[in-house]
Amino acid sequence: MERLEFRFAGRADAPAASDGEALVGVVGSGNLEVMIEQVDLGGECLVTVDTSINGFVETWESVLRDFMERHRLGNVRVSINDGGATPAVVALRLDQALANLGKPPR
Amino acid sequence: MTEPSSTERLIAAMFDAAEIERTGDLVTGEGRLDGRSISIIGTTDRTYIGADVAVAMARCVLDIVRDKPGQPILIIVDNSGHRLGRWDELMGNNGCIAHLTKCLYAARRRGHRVIGLVNELAVSAGFMALGMATDACYALPGAEVRVMALGAMARVTKVPLDRLTELCATSPVLGPGVENFMRVGAIAGVWSGDLAGHLRVALAERPEPGDDRRRLGHERGGRTAALDVATRVRAGA
Amino acid sequence: MIPPRHSYLEASARARLAGILDAGTFREFCGPRARQTSPHLPALGMPVAFDDGIVVGEGRIDGRPVLIAAQEGGFMGGAIGEVHGAKLAGLIERALDIRPDAVVLLLDSGGVRLHEANAGLIAMGEIQRAVFDARAAGIALVAVIGGRNGCYGGTSIVARSCDVIIASEEGRLSISGPEVIEAVEGIEEFDARDRALVWRTMGAKHRRLIGEIDILVRDDIDAFRDAIAGHIGDSRPMDLDALEAEHARLVDRLSRFRDAADGRDVWARLGVNDPDRVSDIEADEFNALVDALEGARR
Repeated sequence: MERLEFRFAGRADAPAASDGEALVGVVGSGNLEVMIEQVDLGGECLVTVDTSINGFVETWESVLRDFMERHRLGNVRVSINDGGATPAVVALRLDQALANLGKPPR
Repeated sequence: MTEPSSTERLIAAMFDAAEIERTGDLVTGEGRLDGRSISIIGTTDRTYIGADVAVAMARCVLDIVRDKPGQPILIIVDNSGHRLGRWDELMGNNGCIAHLTKCLYAARRRGHRVIGLVNELAVSAGFMALGMATDACYALPGAEVRVMALGAMARVTKVPLDRLTELCATSPVLGPGVENFMRVGAIAGVWSGDLAGHLRVALAERPEPGDDRRRLGHERGGRTAALDVATRVRAGA
Repeated sequence: MIPPRHSYLEASARARLAGILDAGTFREFCGPRARQTSPHLPALGMPVAFDDGIVVGEGRIDGRPVLIAAQEGGFMGGAIGEVHGAKLAGLIERALDIRPDAVVLLLDSGGVRLHEANAGLIAMGEIQRAVFDARAAGIALVAVIGGRNGCYGGTSIVARSCDVIIASEEGRLSISGPEVIEAVEGIEEFDARDRALVWRTMGAKHRRLIGEIDILVRDDIDAFRDAIAGHIGDSRPMDLDALEAEHARLVDRLSRFRDAADGRDVWARLGVNDPDRVSDIEADEFNALVDALEGARR
């Protein structure tokens, strides 16, 4: 197991935190769960990854940076429990979590 | 004359007098202690709890509840777990075991003090069905309680055996043993020496209202999270 | 037009909950934001889940208040560890305080989580005790089975401790998994790769025919919802008369099918004309068959 922590500057004019949350995915082999919470971080974005596969810090950094920039996020905390998902699956779950933020679960 | 089983020897050593009957691996009857009668339902020879054994034990419990209201019941636990077999599964052994535990629950609610004592071995569902369905379950010093032997556990979890063995040294939730099951709150205590004295004390205790085992596991350091989590959920938090 | 089916089997625990409860009524206890993860898995190099593989809380079904739990079969096979088990036990114990119309357990579990075996096993005992306490207080316990992991190990005993069991055709209810029987007793005793044999021995249709489950539904979240809604408040007695009746039923089963080698032998003896077809027929036709058999018995 390895814990990785990332901090992104986020966008300066990010909307105020609304205390919403979204959780998608299930922790299993080749899969992961992503939780996004809206919290007041002064515009920043924080990411914590607990992964069962060690040694992929650059890959995580690149997938997460791309996600943050594509959606121009701010004031979110992203928490990930990973059972060894591929970067494509990680990107998919991140997008799904964001799409679900503020929506009732289904 | 066949040699008496360890369960029969245990009964002989514990009671002033006892009348017991052995049918297969089932040992049932009544013991006398300080002029008081105590019903005994036990198994022996590390039997497997199949559908037949579960239903036969349930019959004993129902008979005691009907014929001897309020009489204490001593359950002597000695099994290798539930029977692994096609016929037992076809018959719904889980339903038969659930029925046995319902009967034990009904006895407890109707004022029978139900005490468990692990004699040689209690495994997984065999411990759940008997040991954990009592007011309090104790164990003899040489007894073993387990979910699964470590070798099999290593194969199923894919955690190497030496790593599992190493973790067992520090984690009471993982490995077999009476000591570990005491620490998680499933075994109330170990009976060594004066068995009649231990039984006397256990019979005199009044059952706690509600389930006390999480608090016990917390106090003994075997389960660090369960008490807090269950309390929060019960409060709706 | 027939509305698209929402498979219960394929859905996550959270999707099942959302489909079963009245919209917008769910309130989760000790949810993922509490980050109450397993204290034991990291030492074994295993990833954790924020909800430890179970969602518990309260909501409404047809406007009636229920407590509800859903095991996530995708995480550790829905197996019960310390936190998972404590959430389930605490939820059922809450029934004594707030007296809901039912406690609904969406079970999808292989049993005890071996990575924290002792804590999982004692949690089983506590969950079962909580089920009995709630039932004794007159609260209906409804067990629901239709996930990928079926309902095995101690969880299968918990299910049979409830008032009512609802399952889909895909549901399995048994104490030992096929692989475990094969590994210990040999392939002659049980060939775990023979899926048809698994269904005939442990599947919901067999369990419905011998009276171990109460309702069989097709694999559809709405069908499950309707069946559950029909059993809110369906508290059944657990007094001596009820236990004696159950006992007589079990004794009769064990003697009547003493020499049965296969589910088909049991079904034929129950009066099923064409046992070979049972596995193939849809839920509606199967239920009509069960009704006819039970009608004939009365």
